[in-house]
Order: sequence, then C-alpha cells, then structure tokens
Amino acid sequence: MEAAVGYVSGDADSLLMATELRLGLPGTDDQKPKTTFSPPATPRGKKRTADAFEDSAAAEEAHKEADDVEAAPPVAKAQVVGWPPVRSYRKSCFQAAAATKSKANKKAEDATSSNKTTPSAAAPAATSANGGSFVKVSMDGAPYLRKIDMRMYKGYRELREALEAMFVCFSGADTAASNPSEYAITYEDKDGDLMLVGDVPFDMFSGTCKKLRIIKRSEATGLGSK
Amino acid sequence: MSTPPSSSSAPIPTLASPGMRDAADDSDSPPSHMSEDSDGSGAGPGGDTWTPDLRGTNGGNGGNGGRWAPPDQVLENVLESVLEFLTAARDRNAASLVCRSWYAAEAQTRRELFIGNCYAVSPARAVQRFAGLRAVVLKGKPRFADFSLVPNGWGARVSPWVDALGPAYPRLQRICLKRMTVSDDELALIPRSFPLFRELSLVCCDGFTTRGLAVIAEGCRHLRVLDLTEDYFHEETEVVDWISKFPECNTSLESLVFDCVSVPFNFEALEALVARSPALRRLRVNDHVSIEQLRRLMARAPHLTHLGTGSFRSEPGSSGASSVSDLATSFAAAAKSLVCLSGFLDVNAEYLPAIYPVCANLTSLNFSFASLTSEELIPVINHCVNLRVFWVLDTVGDEGLRAVAETCSDLRELRVFPLDATEDSEGSVSDVGLQAISEGCRKLESILYFCQRMTNVAVIAMSENCPDLVVFRLCIMGRHRPDRVTGEPMDEGFGAIVKNCKKLTRLSVSGLLTDKAFAYIGKYGKLIKTLSVAFAGNSDMSLQHVFEGCTKLQKLEVRDSPFGDKGLLSGMNYFYNMRFFWMNSCRLTVKGCGDVAQQMPNLVVEVMKDHPDDEGEVDTVDKLYLYRSLAGPRTDAPEFVNIL
Repeated sequence: MEAAVGYVSGDADSLLMATELRLGLPGTDDQKPKTTFSPPATPRGKKRTADAFEDSAAAEEAHKEADDVEAAPPVAKAQVVGWPPVRSYRKSCFQAAAATKSKANKKAEDATSSNKTTPSAAAPAATSANGGSFVKVSMDGAPYLRKIDMRMYKGYRELREALEAMFVCFSGADTAASNPSEYAITYEDKDGDLMLVGDVPFDMFSGTCKKLRIIKRSEATGLGSK
Repeated sequence: MSTPPSSSSAPIPTLASPGMRDAADDSDSPPSHMSEDSDGSGAGPGGDTWTPDLRGTNGGNGGNGGRWAPPDQVLENVLESVLEFLTAARDRNAASLVCRSWYAAEAQTRRELFIGNCYAVSPARAVQRFAGLRAVVLKGKPRFADFSLVPNGWGARVSPWVDALGPAYPRLQRICLKRMTVSDDELALIPRSFPLFRELSLVCCDGFTTRGLAVIAEGCRHLRVLDLTEDYFHEETEVVDWISKFPECNTSLESLVFDCVSVPFNFEALEALVARSPALRRLRVNDHVSIEQLRRLMARAPHLTHLGTGSFRSEPGSSGASSVSDLATSFAAAAKSLVCLSGFLDVNAEYLPAIYPVCANLTSLNFSFASLTSEELIPVINHCVNLRVFWVLDTVGDEGLRAVAETCSDLRELRVFPLDATEDSEGSVSDVGLQAISEGCRKLESILYFCQRMTNVAVIAMSENCPDLVVFRLCIMGRHRPDRVTGEPMDEGFGAIVKNCKKLTRLSVSGLLTDKAFAYIGKYGKLIKTLSVAFAGNSDMSLQHVFEGCTKLQKLEVRDSPFGDKGLLSGMNYFYNMRFFWMNSCRLTVKGCGDVAQQMPNLVVEVMKDHPDDEGEVDTVDKLYLYRSLAGPRTDAPEFVNIL
C-alpha cells in the first residue's frame, strides 16, 4: 500500500499543474480519464470504489484527491471492511505465520532463489518489505499490474525486452502502430520521485527502484500534451 | 412450503414456524453436524424407541371400558409411529401442515429442531410446541458477521435458549450452534440441565474460554462429540487445563475437534484421553501439536477416520526429531481407516511425503492453512485419486490446480482460499486454473474460488463442463474487475452458470456486473436459495430481477451496490418467503426501510449506522437486516441497532 502522502510522486504533468496559478481549489478542475465502464458510485463518497482499469490514473487521482476539501481517505485504493470475504479466523492464521516466515525468508533470501512470492506480512508493507527484489510494473491503459524480479536482469536492454514482451498485448489495442518507442519507462525511486529509466548504472538503478511505470511518451513531455 | 406472493395483502405466515423451514444448507466450514438429519429414528440409550400401543391407557369412549383405544387415538398412534421415520425438517414441516392431528403428532415426534435464525421464533414458543426434542440446531448472526460487518454486541446470545431448553428437555442430547455468542456460564448450564448430553458442536461462535470447555469435559459424562470449528477464541489470561477434566474411565468420545482453540494444552492428558477413548474416530488438534506428538496420538488411536494434524512441523530444537520415514510409518498404520485429513497449520513441506500411504484412500483433504507451492503440492495430489473434497490455498497456483484436475476426477467440492486476502494482492490463481478444474473434475458440485483474474470464457466453460454444480462462489478480489481479456463485465459468465447448472442453490457473484447479470439470475436461477452480492449491478432493476425471478430465494446478502429504497420495496411480496435479507453500504434510507416495516408486521427490520454520532445524513441506512419472525422485535437489541 502506498503511503498516504504522495503529493510529490505525481508525474511531471501533475507537478507542473500543481504549481500553476489559478482560481479555485487545487485538484478541482482535473478531469477523470474516460473509462469504458464506470463503476457505481458509493453514496457518501467516503468509501472510494477502486477504479480497476486505469490503475495509474487512479494513483494520480489519489494524489490529487489528497488536496480535496471533502474528507476522503487519501490512498490510492481504500481498503474496505470485510473485503475480500475471508473470515478473520483464516486471516489471523496467516498473519501469525507470515510474521515468522518473513524473518526466515530474510535469512534464506540470498541462499535460495525461489520463485515463490513471499507471503506479505500483516503490517502495512512498504513496497520493499518482501525480500526486496520484486517491483510492480504498471502501464498506462492496462487493467492490471505485473511484478518483475529485478535480480533477473543484468542490464537495461534485458529489462526493456522483458517489459515489452510482458505488455505487448495491451499496446496493440489503442494505437495502430504498437511502437515500443512510443512508450517511456519510468520508475519511482526511494524518495518517491518519478525518474526516467536509463540515466544511472543499472546496478544503482535496480537498488533504488521501487516501482516501474510505463507511460506514453506524449505524457512524458509535459506541457502541451493535453 | 412458502405462501405464494399476493399483490393485495401481506401473506400470513403458516403454523409452521418460519425459522424451521429449511433443509440443511451447506455450511461454510469443514463438515460438521449442521445437517438436519438426526440419528434416524432417534433410538438410543434410555429406551427411546417407541412402539405403538393400540390399547388406550384411560377409558375410551364406550367400548370395552378402556381395553381398546378410541379410533382417533388409534390413528394418532399409528401416525406418530409413521412420522418417526421422517427425519428431514422439510418433510416434517410439510406433514405438520396437513391438519391439526398431524400437526400434533408431528410435534410429539420431532426429535431435532432446526432454527435458521434464532430471532425468528421465541424459545418459549418452540418449547411449547415440541415435546420430545433430542437435538437443537441454532443459527444466530447473519453471515456477514464473519467479515466484521456486524458490530460487536449485536446479539445472538444463546442464554434465552439454554434457559428455556433446560427445564423443557431434560433428555436433550445434542446442541449445535452457529454464529452465536456462548459464555462459559452458559456452557456450564449444559451438564447441569442435560444429564444425557452427548454432542456439542460450536461453529463460528464466540464468548467462551477454556474454563467453559473444562466444565463440559468434566460434567458431560456421556459426551461423544465435542466439535469446535472456526470459533473466535480469545487469548486468555489464564488457560484452564480442560483436557484433564474428561472422565478418568473409558470415555465414549467419538469426535474431538479443537483446532481453533489455539492455546497450549496438556499434551500428556490428551494422549491419555485418546488412549482411553476406544470409540474415537475424529480428532483434530491445534497448532501446538508437533509431528512427534502427532505420532504418539496416532499410535493411540489406530482407527481414526478424520485427522487434523496440528502444526505438521517438528518440535523446534528437539533432540528426537522424527524423520519423514518415521512419520510415514505412522500414516501407513492409519491408511486403512483414514479418509479425511486436515490441519497442516504451520506445515514443514519436507514432511508431506509422509502422508503418501494414506492418499489413495482419502476422500477429503484440507490444505487451506498450508502455504504450499505447486512443486510441493503436485507429488501429494498425484496420489489422491479418490478425493472428493479439497481445500487449498492459492499459493499452489494454476499449475497446482491443473494437477488436481488431472488426478481428482471424482472431486465434488473445491475451495481455493487466498493467502493474501487483500484487494491488490498478487493473486496466484486465475481463469486458467478454473478452466483446468472444470475440464478435469466433471462431477464438481461445490466450488469456492478466490482469484484476481477471471474471464467469462472460463466461467462459461465451468458451467458447461460441470452441470452438477449446486454451489458456485466466485470471488474476484479486485472490486468491479472485468473480464481480464475482453474487458467486458462478467455478466455472461454468471449468466451461463445459472442457465446451465440447473441444480444451483447457492451463488456468490463478484467482478464487474451490470443489471444484465441479475436479469439472468432472475430468469434462470429458479432453485437459488442463497445469493451473495457485492459491488455489483447498476440500478434497482437488479434487485427486482432477483426478487421476481428467484422463487426459492431464502437468503439474500448484498453489500456496496447501487441499490436503494426502490430496490428494497420491490421485494415486499417476497420477504415472508425468505429467512433474511441483509444489505449494507447501499443507498437505503430510513424512510424506505420504515415503509417496509410498517407494511409487514411479521418482519423485523433492523437498521444500523456505522457512525452513530454522524450528524450529517441522518436519513441514510448503513446496514439493514430484515427477517421474518413470529417473535416480534427483539428485546435484547443494543443501542446501535434501531428496530423500525
């Protein structure tokens, strides 16, 4: 779960907009990106329904929602009580087990390279809590995210190829030319800044990368991209 | 059984109490004794068999001065002896409606009372009607209480029932409670009130501690069954050694299930208890039992049919740690009788091969607390050719499920639980696993499947490959998630399920769903008794479709969907046919709920607010729970419950 305070880690676009002088409350003139099916709104707006399609857009929105005057939990996806419907008896069994397991995992981490996804600990985990090498990859327009193991790649080229292969099914839908160069790969580093992939040596990059985001180049260039 | 919906006035409930209408619904927990079928004719110790006596004991109407019973008493005697053979509640309810004498005869001979909603009828009324009960089954809180949607203190205390049953049925043998609050003092009433008590089963209950268990163990000298399944057991300050309290002599114990009582206990006492319980067939221990201890228990109980293995891990730092082959020897000895295996509460997967000797005979395997990979599961499941019931965690992935599909062609029930039960978790199983299961397990009757990715194609495939499905519960954990390939709603998938699975009685839906899905459900779901809806539908039409179409609907639970008063009101003609209707976080208003309450006197309409101090939006209703009842509004409602 992302930390609630995420003002800084919007994309370049939102940062520029945030500093724009204008009348009205920050965040009020943002347009919700078009979705094919709109999820039903909940009554008071206190519980936000998750926008399952535009994941990255939802994350963007969440950052802007944090500025909203109306009281709303300023997280990308508010956890809802009792969902998914798993009995607390069952959930509590795994929280206890996961706590002991994550200790054991941290020890065995270097020794074995396992394919297992480590069970997430009960405590709200920052993205790097589970063994440190798996990072989420999101792509604008894709309905769900992927996860990759940064240890699998020795350089930027391998990484880029892997990502292209992973997300090829989505790029074909919108545009006629599913050109890889149409997309830019960005990442979120330890400070929460959105950076373009490729500037620093790969080892340094893989150590500081917390999340990957594939965005359309048009959005990456800032002004004039609306 | 249900009164036909009439448009003019509210249907009048019949003589048969509403809460007793149902036959056994499938429980949410591992097989327990929640079915309504009691021990056949009720014969047992204490001379329960009843033989017809055609000679009246008092003077009849003329005739030979009482030597022969008058004609109507003959009929009643014969009737009672015939009715002894009716055990299913549904059949008994039907018989009781024929005429007054049948009603009376049935009331005399009913041995097991099933009450699906403890507030539907008052204990006094039940006691008044039924003279010879031997077993009582009670259900309390609405099911969504399991997911923290019902605030603490809502109700479902067992005390009024225990107080009434005690004096009325001194020969009571069996009590089964589900989702009720039972205190230690209430447990203590059991041995005091019922000297012949035999079976206690508590499922998803709360409120008791080891102190209450000790009283049961010590006081119920004829105890055969003590089943504690998925109860909410709180950490206590002082744990009582309840295992030691069982009688010193040989016991009649047949079943001892306490895997949810997750506190340390006296193992030596348990070992001794098992050794002096020759009838013991079911034993499920908690996670404080190591492999070494398990072996000792298995040695003492060679005829076990159901085994809960405890932690399935070696004792840390023990010098005499068992090897896998040692453990395998223990299982080999049990292979002839063991059919149901569960536990694995903190499993060390290296020990799994030890169960190979019993796998071929297993009909039920519960790995749902064991975080296993597909590599760890596959060698085990390959042996389990006769499996009928399989519970597992999604850590085994689609590959694991594929292996299940390839081996377990006789599978009837599958439950796949999520290790990480959060919305944005990884999700290790998907439509791929579901499709594989549907192709391999054609006899599937019941499925519960948690996932993050699903497609209509896979669900449709399951509807076509598994026409015997009775229970279909699919939980796509991400809210409003569409078909992962087409991006469309999941309407067609669920539509195919209700259309093709003609025996379907229980359905839980999820994913992105429009009113169309509910139109399908209403059109085809003619046998559906239980429907669970979450984050679904576009408008009140969805509810209308369901109410109008699902004529056998008994239980409807809805959350976080865009339904309002209009949808609620569309159910007015049907509420008396249902056990309950639960709705939370939708768009109901107090006025709408009040209208229903006003027009339907035999309905109890409870509304609750999440934040009682909330000044704004006074008129909205956060939670609605309405149920038919002959008892009227309950008197034990806490202050956050408003009964309209």
